[in-house]
Amino acid sequence: MKHYITKRLLLLIPIILGLTFLTFALLYITPGDPAKKKLSAQGIAVTNEVLEKTRQEMGLNQPFMKQYLDWFGKFLKGDLGNSFKDGTSVADKLSKGMRYTFILSFSAFFLAITISIPLGIYTAVKQNRFVDYFIRFLCFIGNAVPNFLLAVLFIYFFCIYIKVFPVVAKGNMQGLFLPALSLALPLVSRFIRQIRAAVLEQLNAEYITGARARGNRETYILFRDVLHNALISIISIFGFSIGTLLGGSVVIESIFMWPGVGKLMMDSINARDYPVIQGFVIISAMIYVVVNLLIDLCYQLIDPRGEE
Amino acid sequence: MVQKVRKKVTFFTVLGLILLGISLLAPYIVKNDPYETNAFYMKAVPNLQFPFGTDKLGRCIFSRVLVGARMSIFPSLLLVLITMAAGILLGMLAGYYGGVLDQIIMRLVDIILAFPQMVLAIAVAGVLGGSMINAMIALGLTGWTLFARLARGQVMALKHEEFIHAARLSGNSNLRIMFVHILPNIAGEMIVNASIQIGSTMIGIAGLSYLGLGVQVPEAEWGSMINEAKGYMQQAPWAVLAPGIALFITVVIFNLLGDALSEYIGIRSTNDE
Repeated sequence: MKHYITKRLLLLIPIILGLTFLTFALLYITPGDPAKKKLSAQGIAVTNEVLEKTRQEMGLNQPFMKQYLDWFGKFLKGDLGNSFKDGTSVADKLSKGMRYTFILSFSAFFLAITISIPLGIYTAVKQNRFVDYFIRFLCFIGNAVPNFLLAVLFIYFFCIYIKVFPVVAKGNMQGLFLPALSLALPLVSRFIRQIRAAVLEQLNAEYITGARARGNRETYILFRDVLHNALISIISIFGFSIGTLLGGSVVIESIFMWPGVGKLMMDSINARDYPVIQGFVIISAMIYVVVNLLIDLCYQLIDPRGEE
Repeated sequence: MVQKVRKKVTFFTVLGLILLGISLLAPYIVKNDPYETNAFYMKAVPNLQFPFGTDKLGRCIFSRVLVGARMSIFPSLLLVLITMAAGILLGMLAGYYGGVLDQIIMRLVDIILAFPQMVLAIAVAGVLGGSMINAMIALGLTGWTLFARLARGQVMALKHEEFIHAARLSGNSNLRIMFVHILPNIAGEMIVNASIQIGSTMIGIAGLSYLGLGVQVPEAEWGSMINEAKGYMQQAPWAVLAPGIALFITVVIFNLLGDALSEYIGIRSTNDE
């Protein structure tokens, strides 16, 4: 176990170097001088003098690798630079929005889980019956509806047609439901499939036949044996949903004006505020990597037969 | 069983081709000019002249949905083809030669997969600026990794087979072995995986366009049409519904094609053994 953890942590080093390098390079993939970009984001007229001064301040006259290493050093200390637009700290901006994004993502995940666990189990138990086909059909549909279309339709139906929710979320509880639902539903169809498959696999296992042969009641088998074993595979669901939630938050938060990092990201793209874009990308990637690492370690703890 | 699945594959392939045909021929078959604004018919209810109604500038939504098909379907298919070709090439090189080349390519895959896909795509498209090519680059950046991993795994399993040794002994070059002896063996699975990717690529491109990071106005594209029309959805819901339903149906058809193809390949490989 110890050996496994060390190995995984060592493998993380090249990944983090690569992630930070690519994120840093984001500013340089567009033609044009970053100093000019900064000045135009602030709306300052570009003269040679100002430009040279800004270049000095930003350290743009140094070699590319030196710039990257400086940036990386600051990143390790939690400093993500300052916004081009208003000069405030990117880390502060992100941590302010992160609270809202966390609330939204967590609610969406919670919603998705509470819908899909019962339905996933139910479809597996009723395999090849009408309900099974019907729910799987709905999942197939849910898989083909993009989240932005879902959000727009929700706004039309709930806010304009039957008027039960406010159109603009403003970050309160009442405004939380629709964005959370729009983020959750695309996850639900994937979750149900995954849970159904996991439960079916357990139901067809030999130990279940054994338990039945010993005369155990079906519900007893389901809740005691099947669920216990199937829930392990549900952990992995969390891993792949983090990426969807982070990407989806950009779209959904912009639509509902939810004041999280996703909306901040979209606003920063429109304002060409590159340090904030970089900050959002690197923080999302770090969250994604760390969560997936923790999940792998959990797996290893629960089921030590896994890799190596 | 095989017959039934084969029929399904043919059916959805034909449907997909029809969609592609419509998307390419749209500019020549629409009755109304999709870009012509008309002050007399703003937000018109669907009628005989405008089957799907008109938008806030009086443009015919039916024509815009049909013309928009080209910007929604064609780039997705092209992107999947390009990422598949690039992924297969890099994956084959990694799997066949192994060693340092393998290490470099696979570490690059690991790094790219460490980004949440849509976050990276939004960031890259956002930094590059809105255009269809940039949206395709942003999505393609992560798209090839799937094919590279699959191709590498397959090549590593195949390269110790006897027919590869035989090919090498009879004096074939490495490149010839890779493309003439290995590629045909892995092509089937790659095509199935490509077909599964079409739907999600389409959603990705429409999503970027919805955010204003794909095609630019006034160009018709389903994602950007939904974005434009959501502001006056109360008065003209058809302006959102028409492109939305078109996108949904297209994604469903390509997803069904992907499912049918993977079922077909699954049946074929079990029959072979």
